[in-house]
Amino acid sequence: MVYDLEFEKPLAELEKRIASLQRKGERLRPEEHVQLQEYERELRRRTEEIYRSLTAWQTVQVARHKDRPYTADFIHLMCEEFFELHGDRRVGDDQAIIGGPALFNGETVMIIGHEKGRGMREKMYHNNGMPHPEGYHKAIRLMEQAEKFGYPVICLVDTQGAFLGLEDEERGQGSAIAASLYAMARLRVPIIAAVIGEGGSGGALAISVADRLLMLEYSIYTVAAPEAAASIIWRDKVYAPQTAEAMRISARELYALGLIDELVPEPLGGAHHNHRLAAENLKMALIHHLQELRQIPVDRLVQMRYEKYRAVGPFGFAS
Amino acid sequence: MAKEAAGSSGGPQPERPSGPGVAPDNLMVKCPKCKEILYSRDWEKNLKVCSRCNYHFRLTAHERVSLLLDPGSFVELDAAMVSVDPLNFVSRSQSYAAKLQEERAKVGLNEAAIRGYGTIEGLPLSLAVMDFRFIGGSMGSVVGEKVTRAIELGLERRWPVLVVSTSGGARMQEGFYSLLQMAKTVAALARLSEARIPYFSLITDPTTGGVTASFAMLGDVILAEPGALIAFAGPRVIEQFMHVKLPEGTVNSEFVLQHGMIDAVVHRRELRATLARLLRLYKVPEAERAQQSAPAAQSSVEAATLLSRQPAQSRAEVGGGQDGLRS
Ligand SMILES: [Zn+2]
Repeated sequence: MVYDLEFEKPLAELEKRIASLQRKGERLRPEEHVQLQEYERELRRRTEEIYRSLTAWQTVQVARHKDRPYTADFIHLMCEEFFELHGDRRVGDDQAIIGGPALFNGETVMIIGHEKGRGMREKMYHNNGMPHPEGYHKAIRLMEQAEKFGYPVICLVDTQGAFLGLEDEERGQGSAIAASLYAMARLRVPIIAAVIGEGGSGGALAISVADRLLMLEYSIYTVAAPEAAASIIWRDKVYAPQTAEAMRISARELYALGLIDELVPEPLGGAHHNHRLAAENLKMALIHHLQELRQIPVDRLVQMRYEKYRAVGPFGFAS
Repeated sequence: MAKEAAGSSGGPQPERPSGPGVAPDNLMVKCPKCKEILYSRDWEKNLKVCSRCNYHFRLTAHERVSLLLDPGSFVELDAAMVSVDPLNFVSRSQSYAAKLQEERAKVGLNEAAIRGYGTIEGLPLSLAVMDFRFIGGSMGSVVGEKVTRAIELGLERRWPVLVVSTSGGARMQEGFYSLLQMAKTVAALARLSEARIPYFSLITDPTTGGVTASFAMLGDVILAEPGALIAFAGPRVIEQFMHVKLPEGTVNSEFVLQHGMIDAVVHRRELRATLARLLRLYKVPEAERAQQSAPAAQSSVEAATLLSRQPAQSRAEVGGGQDGLRS
């Protein structure tokens, strides 16, 4: 385990003590052995305590943690087989979104997800998970293919948002996102979206209009990145933590508001401490929801999806 | 991404233009683009377009309606609809609830969009029109609901639908609810499309963020006023994000037209006639026999269940019943 976030300092301290005792190995004296066990218990207790009451801003740090499992990791850990499809058949292949058919629990599904990439080189290759319009066009192509063959679609969401360059405007970032929302609204196969890290703005929504929306326990979903929201409301990024709090972005809060369907538990200290367990938890949740959705006739499914989105957003009438 | 209303110098008078450059007295206005001083009377006669440089000043939602619809034909619906502040949003001790009250008093509208129906050269349509003065025309639950209802009215009556956009994007203070309005409005548009009812999108200055990335860019025909900022990310956002400097007016109507994202850039004085032409061209096809003309979710489900339960011979009757309903 590696605790490297600001609020994890007390945990890192304990971890260091544990490591130094562990290094003694065979030479550990009996009272040191007892001490080691005590430290380990303490670490678990403190971790649980801290993670039970993360602030919104701390959750943002966890959701963005560089060691968190990404889409490619989840695909690798959850699927028996995967064949990556490339390209939007128009302009290029945007590696900020990856996808293709996969064998999942013995059945073919279409998996599509944002991929941030690990390390400098990968991050450049995947544009840190921030799609260009081509990425959304590729996603639409894959979804329509899934519809043709009757495969359910699983989307893994993990992006700060769509990329914001002049070239993206030239190639129609807005149109591309709108087209993806449109395709998902009427797609005639089950769709499950799971936020595995950051659900950032329209760039995330574009692949998460779904029959079921799941979120990993320490993931976030924001109307705009907290920094962007702070500069919109206050014209200053330094208010990002307060803005994050006010916007209610954590999976737990969104679950409490009834805006997501399931909260998928993460390993102690966050998904980055145990990729395998995180993937197992997500896989179990996905299997459960897939089984439910497969029972529903497709007309009814599309109807229910419509009603779900139609109903969102409370309002009142001034007297 | 919603910018706060950049030019809310309009004061309490709801009919004053909201754009930058409105002079304090009502006799003269200054064009923010070419700095020309214009006589208010000429300027208003010219539909608030600068006679020197063709700059299209921003219009309020009601000004837009008077510009486009047949006089007296507009019937506003849901005017009293208001946000209920679903997150109890408070940031740095400023509450969204207070902000809403302030905006309502300042702008004289309950929200950043109005909706209703009316006619253009006698042809009926359902429409929603946004107003940039109200928290930067940002889309929260009320804007999303009004746009959706405008689409649903089109479905119900089989009238074409027009949405006039001007927006900084999703409203931050309603968080995820705001973002989901993109999905809600688009899902409604998908139904409209399946019912083969035309949807016209008119994009005006400025339109960015979540509105650009949803209903604004999905029109069967997409029009824009000249020189309007139209982008997913506006130039300021791109500059901050990319650490580059963009020349003035990089991302505007002409730019998106050139890149194939919209169908036409139309001068304000031609808009009404253009929409009338489109309404004449895009005749609404009859609803399909077996298909539902009503938007009501329940009724189409019921019809579907009904159809599947009926023996084959009586299906025609069900279809016939639909025709009866439609007329
Ligand atoms: Zn001028």
